[in-house]
Amino acid sequence: MEKRLFTIENNEKLAETVRGLTLTGDTGALVRPGQFVNLALEGFYLRRPISVCDLEGDKLTLVYKTVGKGTEKLAAMKKGERLDLLTGLGNGFDTGKSGPRPLLVGGGAGAPPLYLLAKRLLEEGKSPRLILGFKTAREVFLENAFRALGCAVLVTTADGSYAAKGFVTDALDRCGAYDYCFACGPEPMLRAVYTRCGTDGQFSFEARMGCGFGACMGCTCRTKYGHKRICRDGPVLEKGEIVW
Amino acid sequence: MNTSVTLSGLKLDNPVIPASGCFGYGAEFAELYDLDILGSLAIKGTTLFPRFGNPLPRIAEGPEGLLNAVGLQNPGIDAVCETALPCLKKLYGKPVIANISGFSLEEYAACARAMDAQENVGIIEVNISCPNVHGGGMSFGTDPRAAAEVTEAVKRTTAKPVYIKLSPNVTDISEIARACEGAGADGLSLINTLLAMRIDLNTRKPVLANLMGGLSGPAVFPVALRMVYQVYEAVKIPVIGMGGVSSAEDVVEMLLAGATAVQVGAANLKNPFAAKEIIADLPRAMRKYGIENLRDIIGEAH
Repeated sequence: MEKRLFTIENNEKLAETVRGLTLTGDTGALVRPGQFVNLALEGFYLRRPISVCDLEGDKLTLVYKTVGKGTEKLAAMKKGERLDLLTGLGNGFDTGKSGPRPLLVGGGAGAPPLYLLAKRLLEEGKSPRLILGFKTAREVFLENAFRALGCAVLVTTADGSYAAKGFVTDALDRCGAYDYCFACGPEPMLRAVYTRCGTDGQFSFEARMGCGFGACMGCTCRTKYGHKRICRDGPVLEKGEIVW
Repeated sequence: MNTSVTLSGLKLDNPVIPASGCFGYGAEFAELYDLDILGSLAIKGTTLFPRFGNPLPRIAEGPEGLLNAVGLQNPGIDAVCETALPCLKKLYGKPVIANISGFSLEEYAACARAMDAQENVGIIEVNISCPNVHGGGMSFGTDPRAAAEVTEAVKRTTAKPVYIKLSPNVTDISEIARACEGAGADGLSLINTLLAMRIDLNTRKPVLANLMGGLSGPAVFPVALRMVYQVYEAVKIPVIGMGGVSSAEDVVEMLLAGATAVQVGAANLKNPFAAKEIIADLPRAMRKYGIENLRDIIGEAH
């Protein structure tokens, strides 16, 4: 973990209630896809944990959903403003455990960390394919960015207003063969994917956090191998250790 | 300039101590800075048996503060004595404050007995004020007779200084303070968190799975300061002041109210360098307010 000041380069709307925030600063503490940063906002006591969507040198991209006053405040910030980040948080995904044909499943705000994951898997010569689930057409984002990487992408919307109607699990049967599964999204989605995907995999969890670096025990969950702090020992858990 | 203070014979280089539950066992912070700059360090609250704590969500936000309902998650006294304290000893060379909690007098006594045998424990801090556990914790801290009984039970088991950590969720904290002093407490720590709640407007239900949690952070500082002031008038034993301390100025203010040392809690969670920065900033604040020896200003507001 490091505490660093970053400068906003861009803060643009990607879909209804979804924004992409590009920052420049010292990204040295971020070593794996699936890690997150915890950013301080003036007027709010707790930091906001946001997963890393992309990383290129000193350029960091975060994609976030405006869900309350804090993220609304962040949405109003402009190019040139500074943000205080705790960076390099969480364990991140271990790409080494994946076979050559990994499946990446993202639900809503769980999609962003899969972008850097897909890039890393491609760099390792693997062929990631995506299933992305959203509530409705207006909330669909990142689909084209994944296609631009050269990944096959299946999109589902719960109300059928865009692409296939249904949930991500409805697309599991028609996404082609896969030998490993990475998933990030709300817990009901993770649980459904856990039950339906036939392979081993890694699942990234969300939680309300106090500190984000393992000190307060505010986000502890049970696993088959003892209590784990989602912020520090996670947010990524191996399929074999998850206790629902 | 001199920042040292003394708690029951234990000399601290400075009065700044990370508070229990906001610093784990130091490991996460030792990656960021040399812990030996700290006056002391209060470890995560320890109970006789391991505890998972409360279901999630355990955390909510408030204006200038946070609510927690962690519920005393800890690996239990045996694991703390066999693993956590020896590990901490490698990271921190000074005596620590061992925070213990229980659900019966016997549990408090058993934890204190185990901590008494630990070489790097300088003070035993007895939590009778946790708002997040049922059938224990705060129920001992809201009744003067129960508070005195816990104090006596712990004092019988240990020769180390015993500090009782008091709850602000009482009508008259002075009465509880006097009861602990009368039962032999060597000092008092105050305040624990204030019982609080938030409701999610979308779900229309409380944010915390435990429904209620303890409020800490700058929001509670004036309440904590007032109680330290009142308790200083009520007892002769030393007081460790805590509740929203976030700056060197807050440290000075707590000492003026009557605290001999302070604990820094929530500030560590927002800024992991908070305790280090406060200690580094103390000389500046002392110069600004014309303070040569920090210990000279203890209780000066009275």
